[in-house]
Amino acid sequence: MKSQLNVSSVVAALVVAGLVLLPVYSNLSGNIFILTLFTRIVILALSAVSLNLIMGYGGMMSFGHAAYLGIGGYAVGILAQEGIGSGWAQFAVAIAVSALYALVIGALSLRTRGVYFIMITLAFAQMAYYVASGLSRYGGDDGLTVYKRSDFGGLINLGNRVQFYYLCLFCLLAVVVLVWRIVNSRFGLVLQGLRSNEQRMQAIGFPSKRYKLACFVIAGMLCGLSGALLANNTDFVSPAVMYWTRSGDLMVMVILGGMGTLLGPVVGAVAFLVLEEVLSQITEYWAIIMGPLLLLVVLFGRGGIMGMLGRLNRG
Amino acid sequence: MLLVVEQFLNGLQFGLLLFLLAAGLTLVFGIMDLVNLAHGSLYMMGAYFAATFVAWTGSFVLGGVLALGATLLLGIVLEYTALRHLYGRDHLDHVLATFGLILFFNEAVRLIWGPAGLALPLPSWLAFPVTILPGIQYPAYRLAIIVVALLVALLLYLGVMRTRIGMLIRAGASNREMIGALGINIKLLYTLVFGLGAALAGLAGLMQAPILTVQIGMGENILILAFVVIVIGGIGSIRGAFIAAIMIGLIDTMGRAFLPNLLRQVLNSAAASTAAPAMSSMLIYLLMAIVLVARPEGLFPANRR
Repeated sequence: MKSQLNVSSVVAALVVAGLVLLPVYSNLSGNIFILTLFTRIVILALSAVSLNLIMGYGGMMSFGHAAYLGIGGYAVGILAQEGIGSGWAQFAVAIAVSALYALVIGALSLRTRGVYFIMITLAFAQMAYYVASGLSRYGGDDGLTVYKRSDFGGLINLGNRVQFYYLCLFCLLAVVVLVWRIVNSRFGLVLQGLRSNEQRMQAIGFPSKRYKLACFVIAGMLCGLSGALLANNTDFVSPAVMYWTRSGDLMVMVILGGMGTLLGPVVGAVAFLVLEEVLSQITEYWAIIMGPLLLLVVLFGRGGIMGMLGRLNRG
Repeated sequence: MLLVVEQFLNGLQFGLLLFLLAAGLTLVFGIMDLVNLAHGSLYMMGAYFAATFVAWTGSFVLGGVLALGATLLLGIVLEYTALRHLYGRDHLDHVLATFGLILFFNEAVRLIWGPAGLALPLPSWLAFPVTILPGIQYPAYRLAIIVVALLVALLLYLGVMRTRIGMLIRAGASNREMIGALGINIKLLYTLVFGLGAALAGLAGLMQAPILTVQIGMGENILILAFVVIVIGGIGSIRGAFIAAIMIGLIDTMGRAFLPNLLRQVLNSAAASTAAPAMSSMLIYLLMAIVLVARPEGLFPANRR
């Protein structure tokens, strides 16, 4: 029997509704800052959703997901600097290069499992980080300023805050729907089967590595898209977006929200980044509260926010 | 020749420091199956404790001993209050929880010692160059690090291979349930191992402190290197950690020293001098990727099952 009012889906729906209506609030109250903040949140939520696809459904604990943020960002930045301003070209390159990178490192990394997989994905992301630091033509360590946002002709103007926000939100929701379709497809079911028992799935004849690699590449492409948006949002891209603590942040968002749930990563990203913002306004030493809070979530809140809400629903 | 010997010793010294960190990490990993990202924070705390206690007591040795004790205590408290509840949980829970601890420690340090780094002066009785080969001089302090770290490595080896506690540690690494069933106080053993790991990290931090600036976030970069070491060496294997640590130390240091010149012979000098630092930083990750692709469980996988 399905319950009529599921607390976690209500909360998720409220979060999505809040995101949709945010520009209206920002416009009415004249609070521009909140729109800028939430544009960033929506973009990072998109990366968290893509990470959740491999972590939550595919069982692949990647600790190098921020590499795609950098790849997508540098695709925009480098093409812009070389005079190719077309958003179609920039975003296509961002996604294609991310796919290629994911294909190569996925094929190598999937030979390992468990903690070794966590560490090898980390190693590749660190390599990408150092490659970006060595790109002296494109700013090296200091990063690259994107002087002109991606140009989508008359379709949409990325320079307009509200339009850009809705573009990001549209991408996020489209990706959530895509992930939902993937997860419930035959492919997604095989993937979840592999997560719970790989040997058994192999025994009944599924080429496990091929399925996992395909999933890994899809997640990489989605995060590459998010990287391209992020570079447009900050008008800047630097190696720092690929640093391992960024990958850690993304993992935290996914786990905080609820790994393996459709909207968990979105809720997690909103919660993590809003909390960071609120705490940093209360005290300069916000991390001293944030750190133990994360610890408490792990110790007492299994399954993240969505898991806790789910228990609220039952109990 | 002079540069080669000097860089070789620098690499050895760096490798041994990495070993001190990696030994604790690999023990905790191998025995408690705990991914401890906060290990780097213990290294940082060791350095901060040392800087404080040395300034306080005026003696490097006394301050160092106090700092070591403080880190040991901190490790035990940390295990007792937080980490012990994470045993047997998913690795991802460990990552999230200890990531939170990193945030906490970095901020606590900023609160207590302020955002600026501290400097720990070299002890005056070690601040002179030693002639190690005719015509080649080397700082005595760095030599002292090598000697101390080698001694600790030897003690650790003897402790783990020859004493009763070491036997229990090894037994715990190969079969946790069985050793508990045999009536060993496994909780106490875990606390002890964690404290030992913390003290080793603290030792690495306090010895490194006079060479580098003591600053917030110093633990994070070296933590990743320590992880690379234990993954290359095979998780849970102290011998593997030792060999991998020396390897990484040498490759990293030698790469930084000699890669720019090597590159200059194939590229123009401007391109070489910008590409070289990035390439030498990449070397170790490249090595790790190659090792893992060839041997997915590291070079010396600890015998599981």
